[in-house]
Amino acid sequence: MRGWFLPVAVLLGFIFLYAPIISLVVFSFNDSRLVTVWGGFSTRWYGELLNDRQIMGAAWVSLKVAFFSATLATVIGTLGAFVLTRFSRFTGRLLLTGMITAPLVMPEVITGLSLLLLFISMELTLGWPAGRGMVTVIIAHTTFCAAFVAVIAQSRLRSMDESLEEAARDLGAGPVRVFFDVTLPVIAPALVSGWLLAFTLSLDDLVIASFVTGPGASTLPMVIFSKVRLGVSPDVNALATIIIGFVFVAVLAAGWLMRKQMSKGL
Amino acid sequence: MQKPAIAADTRPWLSAGAQPFISVQGLVKQFADFTAVSDVDLDIYKGELFCLLGESGCGKSTLLRMLAGFEIPTQGRIVIDGEDMARVPPDRRPTNMMFQSYALFPHMSVEKNVAYGLLREGLGKREAYARAGEMLKMVKLEKLARRKPDQLSGGQRQRVALARALVKRPKLLLLDEPLGALDKKLREETQFELIKIQESLGVTFIVVTHDQDEAMTLATRIGVMKDGIIKQIGEPHEIYERPNSRFVADFIGTVNLFDGKVDAVAPDLMRIETAELGPVLLPPQTGLTRGQQVWGAVRPERFALSRQKPDGAHNAWRGVVEDLGYIGHMTQYRIRLENGRLIRASQSNRLRDEDPISWDEPVWISVQPAAFRVLTE
Repeated sequence: MRGWFLPVAVLLGFIFLYAPIISLVVFSFNDSRLVTVWGGFSTRWYGELLNDRQIMGAAWVSLKVAFFSATLATVIGTLGAFVLTRFSRFTGRLLLTGMITAPLVMPEVITGLSLLLLFISMELTLGWPAGRGMVTVIIAHTTFCAAFVAVIAQSRLRSMDESLEEAARDLGAGPVRVFFDVTLPVIAPALVSGWLLAFTLSLDDLVIASFVTGPGASTLPMVIFSKVRLGVSPDVNALATIIIGFVFVAVLAAGWLMRKQMSKGL
Repeated sequence: MQKPAIAADTRPWLSAGAQPFISVQGLVKQFADFTAVSDVDLDIYKGELFCLLGESGCGKSTLLRMLAGFEIPTQGRIVIDGEDMARVPPDRRPTNMMFQSYALFPHMSVEKNVAYGLLREGLGKREAYARAGEMLKMVKLEKLARRKPDQLSGGQRQRVALARALVKRPKLLLLDEPLGALDKKLREETQFELIKIQESLGVTFIVVTHDQDEAMTLATRIGVMKDGIIKQIGEPHEIYERPNSRFVADFIGTVNLFDGKVDAVAPDLMRIETAELGPVLLPPQTGLTRGQQVWGAVRPERFALSRQKPDGAHNAWRGVVEDLGYIGHMTQYRIRLENGRLIRASQSNRLRDEDPISWDEPVWISVQPAAFRVLTE
């Protein structure tokens, strides 16, 4: 199998995947205002970006939303996964296990729309949340991110040697103590990678956020999308490059943590 | 024959009035569709090293897990030092367990692993680490106290697990295949080390194992389990020399089994008619009636081989050496009787002849009446 076929196939695959991204990165350093004409190297769009209040504000909103929803999703997802893997036989377990993965395959439009309807009816009946804004976006992102975290945490909990938890019980720790002393530290790397995944998913989301957000809480993808509709401007390229950098680092870190866990074979 | 007397108090199961330290009564564990442990009664005395021996799936691990508190019995009592523990959670039992996988906490150092149980007991940090240090010294690991479990060899991990399980001075230590993950040479060394530690601390041990050599070496008494039932409880030599059933005879070591019927019972003699050996004369045994179906069991080393017919022996048969295996300390023979039955016999090479019995030689095999064990089950 040392022939030319495999290297060429890999090369073509990578070109297919990354050529658009590379061209975007290259054009973010383009001096010309016309997106498709090369006018020499420059970092002017990065400078302009920093002075763009609207974009910087949206970026700040996105980061806050991503941070809070990833954190909440990690807590909720971990607890859900723990219950589903450790409390062995209770009625409805199979149903719940299936349902926890449903948000992964649900079309975003449906998730977004149903959350919007929920928020409106809650506002009408409970008076909370008052209007839509960052809080509703955080709640919405937490819901679907929690499903991703739960799936990651569940697979880690299943592969973990349960006698570790039994040993801690045996040595005199109560169930809650065991969770914090043993279970949590052992699965921590998986939770960190789950958090990173949730963070990037939240940062990335356009559809759900568009449904459930309100005035003054536009996320970065929403701002980019509305700008691009008026024509692609080079500062969006610069912004996209920065986001790619972020996501790239996060994905690498998540992958590295997962690998580290795997190699320990626990 | 003179031998040093074994003090009676080291074998409390022999005296009628002795109080068991652990008493399992009518213990049953049913899972959804099968019974893992069915109606087990077991008395274990203080300071014993009791082995539960059986093949995988015989229920020995479930029994151990019920003693530790990880499984709640469907029925029955587990009395440890006078208290019924059957429904007490594992963190409130005076027992500790050494797991087959060792279950060392991967994120804690060796020292922290060992001190963990003491800290949960509410002991101060300094005292807990001091006692953990002593324990590590006992298992000769004091130099590796700061290492993480994944930086240790299999044998070292095994000793950490033992230290962690012993540091709380449990009333009862449960060991699940404690030597299963070690290679053969290390296992043999560790067996004796384990006995030494057990004796010096005086803790009662219950060991689960599928390895009969291990059970024979370690145990004060062995319980042989099959299908959730303890088939026989006894000291290693009892289990080996006086098995109570074909299963136990066959499970422990090698055995030759013969089908037969009780032919005649006299006050001083009993005759068993076997299909393959003809009549066999034995000292009488109580509880047998004429015509009863029985099985004869003879260990290979209890057969005597000779070229001439042994003097005055009733129970002697002619055969031919079909195969032999020289192992060093002994030689194993496979002898074909005239009626076609293959007999396994072995001879110790302590006094090896210059002219040992060899392939294709016609030989006489004989057996002392007492070595011919009659089984009814």
